[in-house]
Amino acid sequence: MSAVTTPRRRSAATERARGWKRRAPLLPALVFVLLVTQLPFLATLVYSLRSWNLLRPDSRMWVGLANYTSVLTDAQFLGAALNTVLITASCVLVAMALGIGLALLLDRGFVGRGVVRTLVITPFLVLPVATALLWKHIMFEPVFGLVNFLLSPFGAGDVDWISQSPVFSVVVALVWQWTPFMTLLVLAGLQSQSRDVLEAGAADGASRWQMFTWITLPHLRRYIELGVLLGSIYVVNTFDTIYMMTQGGPGTASANLPFYIYQRTFLGFDIGQSAAMGVVVVVGTIVVALLALRLIFRTFMSTQEAAT
Amino acid sequence: MGGSLLTLFTWAVGLVFVSPVLWLVLTAFKHENQAATDPPTVVFRPTLDRFTAVLDADFLPYLGNSLIATLASTLLVLLLGLPAAYALSVAPVKRTKDVLFFFISTKMLPVVAVVVPIYVAAARLSMLDNIWTLVVLYTAMNLPIAVWMLRSFFLEVPVAIVEAARVEGAGLPRVLWSVMLPVMAPGIAATALICMIFAWNEFFFAVNLTAAQAATVPVFLTGFITSEGLFVAQLSAAAVMASVPIVVVGWFAQGQLVRGLSMGAVK
Repeated sequence: MSAVTTPRRRSAATERARGWKRRAPLLPALVFVLLVTQLPFLATLVYSLRSWNLLRPDSRMWVGLANYTSVLTDAQFLGAALNTVLITASCVLVAMALGIGLALLLDRGFVGRGVVRTLVITPFLVLPVATALLWKHIMFEPVFGLVNFLLSPFGAGDVDWISQSPVFSVVVALVWQWTPFMTLLVLAGLQSQSRDVLEAGAADGASRWQMFTWITLPHLRRYIELGVLLGSIYVVNTFDTIYMMTQGGPGTASANLPFYIYQRTFLGFDIGQSAAMGVVVVVGTIVVALLALRLIFRTFMSTQEAAT
Repeated sequence: MGGSLLTLFTWAVGLVFVSPVLWLVLTAFKHENQAATDPPTVVFRPTLDRFTAVLDADFLPYLGNSLIATLASTLLVLLLGLPAAYALSVAPVKRTKDVLFFFISTKMLPVVAVVVPIYVAAARLSMLDNIWTLVVLYTAMNLPIAVWMLRSFFLEVPVAIVEAARVEGAGLPRVLWSVMLPVMAPGIAATALICMIFAWNEFFFAVNLTAAQAATVPVFLTGFITSEGLFVAQLSAAAVMASVPIVVVGWFAQGQLVRGLSMGAVK
């Protein structure tokens, strides 16, 4: 080692050491998430290229993309995909609209505000499995259910909501469950709004509606975007509500992708095909999520206020 | 005048919104023959019989499993998430944005796409029907969101007080422990609360990976419905008992939750 190069080497080495020192606190979490989420997904990729039905032990062999062709031509899979989009989009949008309304009501100072806020967030805290049972056996029950009782003065008697409109019933339960989450997010946004701007707006003679559309709504934008993103992530994966309320039925009328894949895996025992379905879902989700995340990241990472 | 009308309206909306829960609780205190009547029974003498019946149906082991899965995974999330969030905020590593993106992208991975390999791995490791399998999975499930939230709370700590502590000769561990963590305590509480809600409520892994030994409270409810599905009052009592722990925690910590979400949302 010559005397000339030593200092530079040492500085490169300390630089590297410093880099690792900075990275060290991050690594346990990163490695943990990689191991628990990415490794199984790699295995899913491998399974998806194989024929593997648990009921036929001799069925294990490489089949290339055959699983994918049968998945993409499976009408039930496509129906479940459509249901997933329908359930997720309607649930997130309706819950967000209701959430904005509730948050505006709760943003004022009034007697018992804390109590009403507590009431409103409660459905989000109730166990989702319990929520599904509540809607199935107490609200939507055809004969003794509360919904039909309340609707009976309007001539809607013994509707069997779950079997006649399974997707609608599931969406109602999910909207009820997710509206509090949206309310909390929008409420947080409303409360972080600067009072000065609002007062200036009022002084300039803006009407309430003008203030809402020109000042409040733009300020809320990123809260709304975040609510839509997080809500979508969780609602796309909804399994418990469908498992408990409809079992995906009647037939596969209300099955979404998580439930349909679960059926193929744990009731149909077709590992290869369900793996291929999982991969298709992941690809589809990533395409949608990339678009959404790009939007969100623009707002997250920008240091300036959203002044649009 | 308009103000008090609006207040009345807000109260009404709040009550209507929560009324299914109120009805569920009411039903839990009924006798079975009062639970399913047309028109619904509103006036009745409350009884605790349904609750004791649920306890007799061996509810407590499920409750224990849920408590272990929820508390242990939340603790692990904080142990792994706090250092990671520190590395992504106070002393940011290169490519911070990519790392954050990676974390959140794992949430996009539908759980059904990974459940088969996880099932196979758990079977090979003899970890099926083991509560610690759920602890590991719930930790991985909540860690990405927790890192995002905790990072925003680190960014929120005023630089001035950190530097003041440094000037007085405090080393990094000391700055972290006695300066940053106290300031962040409400944020840490909010993060923990979110993790606890999702862990307590998780159903998919619980129903597919556990059986008699490690099943959690949501799984308890499914078993209940298949064996005694027609008993609406008892079902209500079970649903109430399964929900109460998280509902109460959430009620007490709701201020934290709003703050946590708002800070986590925009920072």
